Amino acid sequence: MTGLFENIVSHGWAVFLAKLIGAFVVGTAGLLWTLIGIWFERKVAGRFQDRLGPNRVGLGPKGRFNLSYKFGWAQSIADLIKIFLKEDIRNTGTDRWTFNLAPIMVTMSVVLLWAVIPFSDGWIGTDLNVGVAYLIAVGGIGTIGVMMAGWGSNNKYSLLAGFRSVAQLISYEIPMVVALLVPVLMAGSMSTQTIIRQQYIAFMFAVPMTLLIFLISGQAENGRGPFDLLEGESEIVAGFHVEYSGMKFGMFMVSEFLHAFTLGLLTAILFMGGWRIPFVPLDWVQEGKYLGSFIWNLLGFVMLLSKAMIAYFVLIWVRMTLPRLRIDHLLNFNWKFLVPLSLINLLVVAFVWKAIPGTDAINSFADAFIPSVVLLIVNMAMFLGVGAVLADKGRQERARVAARVYPETVEAAPTN
Amino acid sequence: MTVELLVFLILSALTLGGGMLVVTTRNLFHAGLYLMISLFGVAGLFVLLTAPFLGVVQVIVYIGAIAILIMLAIMLSPNITNLPNPFTAQWPVGAALAVIFFVMLITVVTPVMNELGADDWVNSDQLTVDTAGDVPADGIATLGEELVDPHKYMLPFEVASVLLMAAMIGAVLLVHPGKQAEDVIEDVA
Amino acid sequence: MVPLWLYLAVAAALFSIGMFGVLTRRNAIAILMSIELMLNAVNINLVAFWRYQENPANLSGQVFAIFVFVVAAAEAAVGLALIISIYRNRQSVIAEDVDVMKW
Repeated sequence: MTGLFENIVSHGWAVFLAKLIGAFVVGTAGLLWTLIGIWFERKVAGRFQDRLGPNRVGLGPKGRFNLSYKFGWAQSIADLIKIFLKEDIRNTGTDRWTFNLAPIMVTMSVVLLWAVIPFSDGWIGTDLNVGVAYLIAVGGIGTIGVMMAGWGSNNKYSLLAGFRSVAQLISYEIPMVVALLVPVLMAGSMSTQTIIRQQYIAFMFAVPMTLLIFLISGQAENGRGPFDLLEGESEIVAGFHVEYSGMKFGMFMVSEFLHAFTLGLLTAILFMGGWRIPFVPLDWVQEGKYLGSFIWNLLGFVMLLSKAMIAYFVLIWVRMTLPRLRIDHLLNFNWKFLVPLSLINLLVVAFVWKAIPGTDAINSFADAFIPSVVLLIVNMAMFLGVGAVLADKGRQERARVAARVYPETVEAAPTN
Repeated sequence: MTVELLVFLILSALTLGGGMLVVTTRNLFHAGLYLMISLFGVAGLFVLLTAPFLGVVQVIVYIGAIAILIMLAIMLSPNITNLPNPFTAQWPVGAALAVIFFVMLITVVTPVMNELGADDWVNSDQLTVDTAGDVPADGIATLGEELVDPHKYMLPFEVASVLLMAAMIGAVLLVHPGKQAEDVIEDVA
Repeated sequence: MVPLWLYLAVAAALFSIGMFGVLTRRNAIAILMSIELMLNAVNINLVAFWRYQENPANLSGQVFAIFVFVVAAAEAAVGLALIISIYRNRQSVIAEDVDVMKW
C-alpha cells in the first residue's frame, strides 16, 4: 500500500495515506461488526431469559426442519434503518457542543482501541511499543464522553449518571491497570503483538486470578452487567443518555456493544493467546510454512475471533445473570477488595516470576511449562485464601443482617 | 513543508488555542474541556518528540485523572455556566505582565530575535534545520531501569511515591466529612 | 526535523497563557487549571531538550518530566481538597473572597 502511494507523493505522505486508509478500514469493519454482534448478543440474551430473541426479520430457507427458521438475522439492519430515520431531538437548555460531541467521544474511544489490536501475525493497525498503555489511555477518553453527556443534557438524572461515571469508571480503572501489568510483566513488553508471541502457554492457564480481576474490572469499565449503574433504568431512567434520540442514541448503543466485544478481544489477546493456534509452532505462522503466510494469517484471525467470542459469551452470561449492584456496594467492592487483591496478585506474580530462573528468555513451550505450572499452583493457593476470607466476611455479614432482622431468634445463637 | 512540521503546527494550535480558551472562557465546564484539548495537544507533541511513553502517560495521568478530577470539582461547584466576572479588576496588569514575560522568554530561549534583521530569515539555516541524535530503540526499558537504579534516580523515585502518599492522606484529611482535621490529628496522636 | 526553537516558543506561549490565567482568574478552580497549563509548558521544554541533545540515550529529561507528572497529580489532589474545604467554610470558590489573612 505504501509503495503504491510512493509513486505519487513523497514517502511521509505515502505512509500517512496508507495509515489513513488502514484506519478507515479497521474502524468501519469494527462498526459493521456490531450489526452481527448485536444480533448475536440479543439471541444469547434471549436464551438466557427463556425466550427466542429476534426471530422475524430477514429471509431464510423454509426447509423441512424447524431449524430453518428465519433467525431474525436482519433485525439489526432493520433497527439501523429505523434509528437513521428517527427525529434528532435536542432539548432547550442543553449545552449544544457538549451534548453533540459526547456520543462521538464515546464511540471514538472504542474505535481507537482497535488501532493496536493484532488481528493476526501480520495484520495489525500499528504495533506500538506502548500498546497496553495506549489501551488504558484511550479507554479513559470514554469516561469524558459519558461525563459530557451527563452534564450537557441539562437533566438531573443525566448529571447523576455523570457523577457515577467518574466514581465508577475511575475507580475500576485501578484494578484494571494493575491486572494489565501482569501480562506485560510476563511478556516483558507492552506491545500487544509481543504479548501474543510470548504466550507459548496462554496466560489464562498460568494466572487465572489476574484474568478474573481483569474481567470484573473490565465489565465495570464497560458499564454493563451487574455494574450498569450509569444507565440504571430503575433508578435514574436511562442515565447519561436519557435525553438522546435517533442516531446519537444509536452511537451510545453501538459504542457500548463494541466496547464489550473489544473487552472480549482484549481478553483473548492478553490472556488466551490471541491469534496463536494451539499446538502450532510460532515459526510456522511467521514463516508461512506448509500453508503459506496468507492462510496462516487467516487461520489466526479466525482463531482470535473465536477466542474473543468465547470471552464475550462469558461477559454476556455475567450480564444476564447477576442483578445490579448498589453504588456503595460497588465502590466498597472495588476499594476494599479488588484494589488490594490486584496489588497482592501483582506482587505475588512478580515475585514468583523473578524467583523462577530462566523466565526472562522464554522461547518455546518447554521454557514456559515450569513457570506456568508454578504460577498456576500459586494462583490456586491465592484462590483458596481469597475464598476463605470471603466466606468469613459473608458469614459475619449474614449474622449482622440476621441480628437486625430477627433479633429475638438470633440473640440466643452464638456469635463469633 | 514537511509532514512533521504540519503535524507540529496542528498540535501546537490545539495546545495554545485550548490553553487560550481555558483562561478566557466564562463557562467553567467548557474550560475543563478546553483544558483536555490543550493537554491532548501536549501529548501529541511528546509523541512527535519520539517520547511515546510520556505521551501515553500524559493522556492517562493528565486527561484521565487530573482533568477529570477538576471537571468533577467544577460540576460540584455552583454557578459555573456563566460567570459574571471571570477576571479580577487588575486583569490588564496581568495581561501586560504575561505579554512582557512571553516576549522576554522568546528573546532568551529562541534565536528569533537574532535573525529578525537577516534577509529571508524564515528560511535561514538556524531557524529551519536542527539535528539531533538518534533515540535508542529500547528507550522505555532503559527508562524503567534507570528509575529503579540506585545510582540513577531511585531516591527521587521513592521520594515521589512518598509525596503522592502524603498528598493522598492530606486530601482525605482535608475533605473528610465526619471529623474536622484537628480531631483526626488528635485521634492519631 | 522541526527546529528546537519552535517547541520552546510553544512552551513559552503556553507558560505565558497559564501565567495570565493565574494572575487574572477569580475562580480558584480556574487558577488550578492555569497552573496545570504552566506545568505542561515546563514538560514540553524538558522533553524537547531531551530530544535535541547530542545523545538522547541520556534520559534525564524524560525522568524529570515523569516527576513533574507526579507533582502535578499531587498538586491537583491537594488543591481540589483545599478548594472544597474552603467552599465548605466560606460558601465560595472565588479566590478574592478568601481574605481573612489579608491586611
